[in-house]
Amino acid sequence: MSTAPLPFRCEDIHVAIGDKPVVKGVSLAIKAGEIHALMGPNGSGKSTLANALMGHPAYTITSGHVYVGGEDVTAAAPHERARKGMFLAFQYPIAVPGVTVANFLRAAVKSRTPDEAAMKGFRKTLMAEFERLEIDPAFATRYVNDGFSGGEKKRLEILQMAVLRPQIALLDETDSGLDIDALQIVSRGINHVVGDQMGVLLVTHYQRILNYVKPHVVHVFMEGRIVRSGGPELAAMLEEKGYEWIENEVKQAAPVV
Amino acid sequence: MTNDKPTIRPQLHVREDYQARYGFADPEEYFLKAPKGINHEVVEMISQLKKEPDWMREFRHAALDAFFAKPMPKWGDTELLNSIDFADIHYYLKSTAGGSEKSWDDVPDNIKRTFDRLGIPEAEQRFLGGVSAQYESEVVYHSLREDLTKQGIIFLDMDTGLREHEELVRRYFATVIPYADNKFAALNSAVWSGGSFIYVPPGTDVKIPLQAYFRINARNMGQFERTLIIADKGSRVHYIEGCTAPTYSSDSLHSAVVELIAHEGAYIRYTTIQNWSNNVFNLVTKRAVAHQDATVEWVDANLGSKLTMKFPCVYLMGERAKAEILSVAFAGDGQHQDAGAKVIHAAPNTTSRITSKSISRGGGRASYRGMVKVYPSATNCKVSVECDALLLNENSRSDTYPTMEIAAEDVRVEHEARVSKIAEEQIFYLQSRGLSDDEARMLIVNGFFEPFVKELPMEYAVEMNRLIELEMEGSVG
Repeated sequence: MSTAPLPFRCEDIHVAIGDKPVVKGVSLAIKAGEIHALMGPNGSGKSTLANALMGHPAYTITSGHVYVGGEDVTAAAPHERARKGMFLAFQYPIAVPGVTVANFLRAAVKSRTPDEAAMKGFRKTLMAEFERLEIDPAFATRYVNDGFSGGEKKRLEILQMAVLRPQIALLDETDSGLDIDALQIVSRGINHVVGDQMGVLLVTHYQRILNYVKPHVVHVFMEGRIVRSGGPELAAMLEEKGYEWIENEVKQAAPVV
Repeated sequence: MTNDKPTIRPQLHVREDYQARYGFADPEEYFLKAPKGINHEVVEMISQLKKEPDWMREFRHAALDAFFAKPMPKWGDTELLNSIDFADIHYYLKSTAGGSEKSWDDVPDNIKRTFDRLGIPEAEQRFLGGVSAQYESEVVYHSLREDLTKQGIIFLDMDTGLREHEELVRRYFATVIPYADNKFAALNSAVWSGGSFIYVPPGTDVKIPLQAYFRINARNMGQFERTLIIADKGSRVHYIEGCTAPTYSSDSLHSAVVELIAHEGAYIRYTTIQNWSNNVFNLVTKRAVAHQDATVEWVDANLGSKLTMKFPCVYLMGERAKAEILSVAFAGDGQHQDAGAKVIHAAPNTTSRITSKSISRGGGRASYRGMVKVYPSATNCKVSVECDALLLNENSRSDTYPTMEIAAEDVRVEHEARVSKIAEEQIFYLQSRGLSDDEARMLIVNGFFEPFVKELPMEYAVEMNRLIELEMEGSVG
C-alpha cells in the first residue's frame, strides 16, 4: 500500500442544519485517480454533505473529521479548503454580475499561487479548456453565470475544475439539467481532468452520467447515511430496480431500535 | 467537534490610505486670501482683481443678492446642510502671483509637486489632449495640444475665456443655469473663479479627452469653479474632471456650476471622478441643453466628500436628442452621497437613459434622487431609469427618491429599482474557488461597478478600479 496521503478522507461526519441532523455518520476514503459515485434519492442529504464538506456556513459539521491530502480541514474556512485542493462543482452555480469568467478564474488561480510567474500560461490554459469543453471562447469576457443557460453553467463548473486542478472534486448533481449532448461533453471534461492525480466524489440522483463517467466505487446514500457500497454493478442494479429495492433491504436488515 | 465560524467579520476600511495619497497638504502660502465670510465687498474685490467687464460684475452682485434672499433647501440632508457655516469660509484664495502657466516649469515648485504626486503631468503626456489644473481659486496650469488649437478648439480657464472671448461667453454664460436657479448656483455665480471654458467648432471631433483637475489645499476653503462647454453643430468632445483635497477637521465647501450646450448633432461626454476628502461639502449644479439630434452623456462618480448633492441634468430641446446619465456613488462612514439625475423631454422622439449604482457601507448613506419630466408636446419619447443599490452592512443606508411627470402620449417608460445585500451564497461560491471573504467581497463590488468602469477611458478604468480596491481594502478588525 502506498504511503502517500489520500487526496480525500472523511471520518464519521455528522452534519446539522440548525438543530436538525441531516447527515448521520459518513466515512469515505478516495484515492488518487478514483471516482466515487454517491447515489441517493432526493432529500437524502447528499447535497448537504457535499456543501458541508466544502465548509458552507449554513451547514454545521457537528462531529467527525475531513482531511484533504492528509491534512485536517474540518475547522478551516471554505477558501482555505479550496487552497488545499478541495473543489465543489455547484448544483446551482451562482451568478456574479460584472465579473468576467477570465478575471474570476485569474483571481482564483492567484489566490493559491502568489507567484506571478505562475500566471504566465494562464490565458493559454484557459483557452485550451474552453476548446475541450466546447465552450465559445467569448465566454471568457462574459460575467460569471450571469444569464447562462443551465447547461452552460454546468460546463463552466467543469471548466473551473480543469483550470484549478484540485486534489478532490465534489461534483454536486453536475448531470442535472443537462441534455444528452451536454452530458457527454461534461463527462468527457471530467474524465480528462481526473487522470490519475485527482479524486472525485460524484453526487447524483441518476445512473445516467455513470454511462460516461465510470465510477470505481458506488455508494448508496439514504437518510443521511451510506447504506451500501460496491462496484459499478451496484449502480446498474439501482437503475434496474430503483431505490425502493435497497430501501426495503435496509429496513429488513436493520431492526428498529 | 463543532465547525466554529469566526464571529468577527473582516472589516472593510473606506479609503484608508486617502491621507497618504491625496489627503496631504502643502504649507498654506498665498498671494491673496479673502477674509472669511461672504458679502458684496468680497464679490467686488474678486471682480476688480479679475478686471472684469461691468456686465459680469453686475451679474455677480445680483447673484449674491439672490444667494442672500434664497432659503436653504428644505429637502435632502437638511441637518448636514444647515451645519454649513458660511461665515467660516474663505471665498477666494489666490496662491500665486502669476496666472495660468503654459509650462509646468513656471508653476511654483510646491504646487507642481502636488500635481506630480497626483499624477497629472504624467497623464497629460500619456493620453490627454489638454489639461487644466486648478489650485484653490485659480487655474495655475493650462495647456492644449497644438494640433487641437489649430483646429480652432478653445480650451481655456473660465477667466481667460471671458477675457479673450467675451462675446462668446456673454452669449452662453448662465443661459443654462441662471444665477437664481438655486441657493448654491447663486453663490457660485457671485464668487465664481476658475473652471473651464471650451468651444468646439462645427464638425470638429476632439478625439482625445480634455481634463481638468481641481485641488483644494487650504483649510476652510471655498472653491467655486465655473465651467461652460459649447459643442457646435456636429462636433464631439469628451471632458474629464477629477478632484481631491487634504483631510482637515474643519469643513470646506465646493460649489461648482457646469453648463453644457450641445448644438444640433453634437456629442458631449462629461466624466467626473469626485474624490474629495471627507470634510468637503460638494454642492454642485450641472445642466446641459441638447438640441436636435445631439447627445449628452454625464458619467458621474462620487467617492469622496462629506455631503454631495449633485443631480446632472439634460434638457432635451430638439427632436431625437439623447441623454445618458450614469451615476455611481460610494458612501462610507460619515458620508452622504445624495446623487442622481434629471432629464426634461421637451421635444418629440427624444430618448433618455439613467443608470444609478450606489454602494453604502460602514454607516454611509447613498441616496438616488431623480426626476424625469416629459412635456405634452414631447411625443414618442423613450425613458429608462435603473437604480441599483448595494448595502455592505446593516448600519448602512440607501434611499431612492424617483419622480416622473409624464404629460405626453406614446411614451415608453422603463423603471427598475433594486436594493440588495451581498448574498452569502455568492461569498461561499467565490470562497469555494479559493478567494477569502475580503477578496470575494471586493470582486463582487468591482463587478457591481463594472458597467460604470467600462465606460471610462482605459487609463481611468485602471485608476477607478484601484480607488475601489483602496476603498474596500480589508483587514481583520
